[in-house]
Amino acid sequence: MRTQRRLLTGWGRTAPTSATVARPRTAAEAAALLKQAGPGRGAIPRGLGRSYGDAAQCAGGLVLDTAELAPGFRLDQEAGTVTAAAGTSLAELMERLLPHGRFLPVTPGTRQVTVGGAIAADIHGKNHHADSSFGAHVRWLRLVTPDGAERTVGPDRDPGLFWATVGGMGLTGVITEAEFAVVPVETSAVRVDTDRTADLDEALAVMTATDHRYHHTVCWIDLLATGRATGRGVLTRGRHARAAELPARLRRDPLRFRDRSAAAVPPRVPPGLLNTWSVRTFNAAYYARAPRRERDRITGVGPFFHPLDAVRDWNRLYGPAGLVQYQFAVPFGAEPVLRGIVSRLAAVGAPSFLAVLKRFGPGTPAPLSFPRPGWTLALDLPADLPGLARLLTSFDERVLEAGGALYLAKDSRAAPAAIRAMYPRLDEWREVRARVDPDGALTSDLARRLEL
Amino acid sequence: MRNAVGAVDTVLLLGGRSEIGLAIAERLVRGGARRVVLAAREATGGRGLAGEAERLRAAGAAEVHPVEFDAADTAGHEAVVAEAVKLVGDLDAVVDAFGVLGEQAAFEADPAAAAAAAAATFTGHVSADLAVAARLREQGHGTLVVLSSVAGVRVRRANFVYGAAKAGLDGLAQGLGDALHGTGARVMVVRPGYVPTKMSAHVSAAPFPASAREVADAVAAGLRRGAETVWVPGVLRYVFAGMRVLPRSVWRRLPR
Repeated sequence: MRTQRRLLTGWGRTAPTSATVARPRTAAEAAALLKQAGPGRGAIPRGLGRSYGDAAQCAGGLVLDTAELAPGFRLDQEAGTVTAAAGTSLAELMERLLPHGRFLPVTPGTRQVTVGGAIAADIHGKNHHADSSFGAHVRWLRLVTPDGAERTVGPDRDPGLFWATVGGMGLTGVITEAEFAVVPVETSAVRVDTDRTADLDEALAVMTATDHRYHHTVCWIDLLATGRATGRGVLTRGRHARAAELPARLRRDPLRFRDRSAAAVPPRVPPGLLNTWSVRTFNAAYYARAPRRERDRITGVGPFFHPLDAVRDWNRLYGPAGLVQYQFAVPFGAEPVLRGIVSRLAAVGAPSFLAVLKRFGPGTPAPLSFPRPGWTLALDLPADLPGLARLLTSFDERVLEAGGALYLAKDSRAAPAAIRAMYPRLDEWREVRARVDPDGALTSDLARRLEL
Repeated sequence: MRNAVGAVDTVLLLGGRSEIGLAIAERLVRGGARRVVLAAREATGGRGLAGEAERLRAAGAAEVHPVEFDAADTAGHEAVVAEAVKLVGDLDAVVDAFGVLGEQAAFEADPAAAAAAAAATFTGHVSADLAVAARLREQGHGTLVVLSSVAGVRVRRANFVYGAAKAGLDGLAQGLGDALHGTGARVMVVRPGYVPTKMSAHVSAAPFPASAREVADAVAAGLRRGAETVWVPGVLRYVFAGMRVLPRSVWRRLPR
């Protein structure tokens, strides 16, 4: 097996560390690698590296890149499930599923994530209020644990280990394959309603009143708008289109889908490109261009679900310093906290152009899973923004006080004590982890930094 | 681990009584570092490091460990690094701040004392920094912060023994930084100008001074952006770009 010493970062391109990267092709190879990593500096699996922080890197240790894991892909039309290798990307799955009239149960803002990563981060999408997170749709998964065993776990088979693995950030073992439900669709298109929201309160009110009527909803927020426009946004709500709803031109091939991006960012971008001024201009233009109110527009899967894939390597826009993602969730009733954070960001002129607000529904039983009923706001900021550390720490305190939490897949800077307080079931999760990994062979920079 | 905004969790300070070193350690503690190792002579016996440890605890450090460290005992430096790792685990930031300034006139009168001072300011760093680098390479991350000086950028008549030793240290740090490129470990060379401290009390003030706290702030900012070289104050980068090309005849007549 080829191994290579490499510098790795998350999608935010901050805090690089080096590790030996290996690409196991079988569960047995993965088991052998874990055994070898045990006495050293540990190991962690890695998919497409879309976690923003340090979840998929292991300084001085071993990183198991899951890209070459076999076996591949089995669709069971009758049961409505698919079995896929952990390293399969959601983009590839969509290309293979759509011709059969099937779609993923949950898809995040990018399709460039793997099945293993989707489970390990228990990812959510625009349909969380209706369908919960990815883990809720997994029937079983195969897990190679550091003792060399290959276990099959699911909600009904060793549920303790299964739910510790869902949202477990790769720290309970290497997922090699999984079976999960796929939903039937008639087309690869989406029927979308778009509305501008004048301020944050309007967005919250409209989403609360109408979310039950839409399968997918999300609201982009202009975090640089101030005064009465603070928190203004563009709300998009939609569902998969039926074949009869397509214009004649698309009806010939209603399930057509290709995984591609329109543009890419060059490898080197000067620092400071994204600043308060440039982002304010972008946000104002984006808001102005959005229709005030539009109904039943037919659009593709890509533009609706995966705005982050429109421009390849968009993370490079933040220049050499990289970006910090901040995503928190607070329960319903904590709207003042959400309002407070949005106003504060607007007041300091924090240049964020990909801020999105979403209403979460019920979560999964996983102790480290992030989504919980309430509101979630995700935003990104340049890592070298002056005062960023203090600003985000002050937000941590507000979120914690409101009984909320941060998303581990996005975190790159929280303090261990804050995370411990936000995830009160951490000890329960640690007990399961200790059962399958008593010597602590699995670890990551995230686990070290947050003392998980 | 260093996080995305440049904060670290553990700090090893080589030169546990250095005013600049302590200011840096304190700044890193205020930024989130919880565990500090102070390495100095008579760390546990004799003079001890009680005051220094107290200062860091007051700033918020959860643990401060004194460790015996003698710049002249080059054979013992690997063991010092190993002990620090045993105490706090991975070393996120190592601050190399030991050394002596001395007096040029006294050095010229006592060559042996000059050699001893040069050894403390340069030779001791060769073994200490190499031992640190080996550890950082193994752990795949971490920053070695080396306190160089503008005195070493171009050596002056007024303090050429100290300046020559700092020039050696600066070169060592740059080479080490290049050797570690791509390993996840880094070296940050810090070049302060005149910093009024106990050590420099006998030297008359120079233009573009910086306080120990300003050096600390510059180091913290450098860690945030992953800088390779930090000048304090920043304007010295441009001042010395000019100084480097001054003709020798002018350079040797500089008053200090």
